Amino acid sequence: MWELANLKVGDKALPFNLPGVDGANHSMEEYSGNAAVAVIFSCNHCPYVRAWEDRMVQIQSDYAPKGVQLVAINGNDATKYPEDNFETMKSRAREKHFNFLYLRDESQEVTKAYGAERTPEVFLFDKTGNLRYHGAIDDNYDDPAAVKVKYLRDALDAVLSGSKLSTPETNPVGCTIKWK
Amino acid sequence: MKVRFLYSEDCPSHEEALKRLRSMLQQEGVETDVEIVRVDTFEQAEAEHFPGSPTIMIDGNDICPIPNAHYAPACRAYVLEDGRVSPLPSVSMIREAIRAARSES
Repeated sequence: MWELANLKVGDKALPFNLPGVDGANHSMEEYSGNAAVAVIFSCNHCPYVRAWEDRMVQIQSDYAPKGVQLVAINGNDATKYPEDNFETMKSRAREKHFNFLYLRDESQEVTKAYGAERTPEVFLFDKTGNLRYHGAIDDNYDDPAAVKVKYLRDALDAVLSGSKLSTPETNPVGCTIKWK
Repeated sequence: MKVRFLYSEDCPSHEEALKRLRSMLQQEGVETDVEIVRVDTFEQAEAEHFPGSPTIMIDGNDICPIPNAHYAPACRAYVLEDGRVSPLPSVSMIREAIRAARSES
């Protein structure tokens, strides 16, 4: 469908239409009116995702009133990594009370097109669909109390206020995407 | 005491885990070589009973065994003493495992 895009800051969001754990399909287009959309490549098994997911829930809760939508996408190969299958996505979302979208990219086309390499890996788009921040959620996967720089929150604050980002890119930290 | 450290190259936390292991062995006064095993394939993961990276085995026992584990060259999650999930075992987990192995020998 797409050539490998390897999105760069400033590039436009790529479209997708994927099934969610809520039973509905969701597209990027659906959120074109939002103040910001954070696409986060994620999965069930990765301990880095699991260390960060409560923070993802909190970010969605804090920024939803400001028109921000988090969209987690799991593109891992669930044949070799069965814990990353769709049923486990549904139970994880229930267990952790996910308040954001959690979509399944079975063909891995969207994951490849975005150029995601790790989980979790954030692609934050502004209201015009431009990529404004790419990378990690914050600077400490291990201990939320020891976080010094909240990359995604800072990026959201800048995007929402129309300011320039001081840090538009960081290295995502986490497990590699499990390719078929 | 036979100590094995198994890891996958893709796992970002293996260097820190090995550092913690070496540090705890030193602190506990255990003089032993650490056998370092890199696991790259599913076949290797099955053969080594490797539930993910990093895995520390002392005298053949995983310091944090996972019931019904799926063996794969991937990261594994540790649940720490305070309930947090981490890609790394805590230093106290490692220390306790060393002490337990020593008391059994």
